[in-house]
Amino acid sequence: MIEIHNIHKSFNGKVVLDGISGVFQTGKTNLLLGASGTGKSVLLKCIVGLIKPDLGSVTFDGTYFTNNKLDIRQEIRRKIGMLFQGSALFDSMNVEENVEFPLMMLTDMSRQERMDRVNFCLQRVGLEGTNKKMPAELSGGMKKRVGIARAIAPNCTYLFCDEPNSGLDPLTALKIDRLIKEITEEYNITTIVVTHDMNSVIEIGDNIMFLYEGKKLWEGTSNNILDSDVPELNEFIFANRLMRDAKKVEEEEERQKTP
Amino acid sequence: MLQNFGKYLLFLKSLVTRGEPLKIIFKRTIDEAILIGINSIFIVALVSTFIGAVSTVQVSYNMVNALIPRSTIGFIVREMVILELAPTITSIVLAGKVGSSIAGGLGTMKITEQVDALEVMGINSTSYLVLPKILAALLVFPMLVIIAMFLGLMGGYIAGTVTGQLTAQEYISGLRIDFIPYNVVFALIKSFIFAFLISSISSYKGYYTSGGALEVGAAGTAAVTHSVIAVLIADFVSAQMLL
Ligand SMILES: Nc1ncnc2c1ncn2[C@@H]1O[C@H](COP(=O)(O)OP(=O)(O)OP(=O)(O)O)[C@@H](O)[C@H]1O
Ligand SMILES: [Mg+2]
Repeated sequence: MIEIHNIHKSFNGKVVLDGISGVFQTGKTNLLLGASGTGKSVLLKCIVGLIKPDLGSVTFDGTYFTNNKLDIRQEIRRKIGMLFQGSALFDSMNVEENVEFPLMMLTDMSRQERMDRVNFCLQRVGLEGTNKKMPAELSGGMKKRVGIARAIAPNCTYLFCDEPNSGLDPLTALKIDRLIKEITEEYNITTIVVTHDMNSVIEIGDNIMFLYEGKKLWEGTSNNILDSDVPELNEFIFANRLMRDAKKVEEEEERQKTP
Repeated sequence: MLQNFGKYLLFLKSLVTRGEPLKIIFKRTIDEAILIGINSIFIVALVSTFIGAVSTVQVSYNMVNALIPRSTIGFIVREMVILELAPTITSIVLAGKVGSSIAGGLGTMKITEQVDALEVMGINSTSYLVLPKILAALLVFPMLVIIAMFLGLMGGYIAGTVTGQLTAQEYISGLRIDFIPYNVVFALIKSFIFAFLISSISSYKGYYTSGGALEVGAAGTAAVTHSVIAVLIADFVSAQMLL
């Protein structure tokens, strides 16, 4: 469980995060939803400590993180798997070495065990057989998937994914969403996924936080998101025509139930 | 300026606090050393050979007095090459070659979040990325300087004999006049100092890049100019102190 409390962050006087608090449950896929530029990536980086919040605190399973001693923070970080929005693959290493890297640095697996794990992870993201390709030879979506493979390779306790399925076709995106949910439930880890994709929201949103202009405007699950009464959220959701249709169907059903 | 210098010192401190295991640092250092060596050997060889050759031709051009033996040319070229040209010119060439590649490489890793990716794994990114580069430079620069000395003197030999300024015997006996081994030691000490300055300044410039591709280019340029200035100042100071 990850708890964040009253996170504030400004860049050069421009407020990006304006007091965000919340709880991310273990074994659940927690989504951060919001329009482009609302500070989702910044919030994620504040949680893992890559950006220092101006105010506020983060605790991982009860251990205070934000301004704690470096070795305690590093201890927690060794349990974190993270996919960056831009994939952040090490471009001097090939696919296999990228995925193997955290295993080499963080575990004491033998070379054979590492290779088995690498191939298993690559197969989970649908990239078997690309082991020797360099990042520069991959498409954007493939880089994303290698990034996911690298994040899940060491059995992490906390998984952070910044837009795991942006740039993927709908089918692959769905597979990746399901993979993230599966891993979260199977290993009972705490997962936070940043997204603005409504498909993901419906597919895997156990707990959804909607960010708007640096504030948390709404929190709920995929089951009640269509019934929210927050106008900003509704505007966001129903920009998607399928969502409008889904809402209509739902209302129709409601009407038939209560004559 | 002063603030920058303080930040630079803190950066150096972070290299050694809570570092990565020695085994990893050692392996990365060897990798980096091979990279620096292979990438710079050709240009260092070319520059030092030509500088030795040009020095010989110019010294002999200025040496018109018939009372001075021609072998003095070899002596002067040796002193110039060993004390100054090999360590300093080589380092300035390396500042351009190695400095810009260190700053560019680290800068790119920084802006594409590869450094963040290391940090999130709980890895000390300065110790993992930067320390091996500095150690590798300390290892390789003196070797390159020794090669440069040798090739500089070779260049002088070829230029002197081919243009008929002096005979091979004269040149070689000139090289052997009053040879002071300490001068070679001095040159190697200088090359250590320059190696440290170039690699650490370039790493610092690269590591603190923020923004995009433009800033990476700017970091590369800044790394080279700052390194060259630092090398020249250190050259002067060390000549004052150690000679
Ligand atoms: N290092 C930084 N320096 C200054 N401003 C920043 C920095 N990082 C982010 N910002 C600003 O913070 C705001 C939020 O950025 P962020 O990357 O978190 O958006 P996002 O919600 O992830 O958007 P997207 O969905 O497009 O990825 C933006 O206005 C951005 O300009
Ligand atoms: Mg983002």
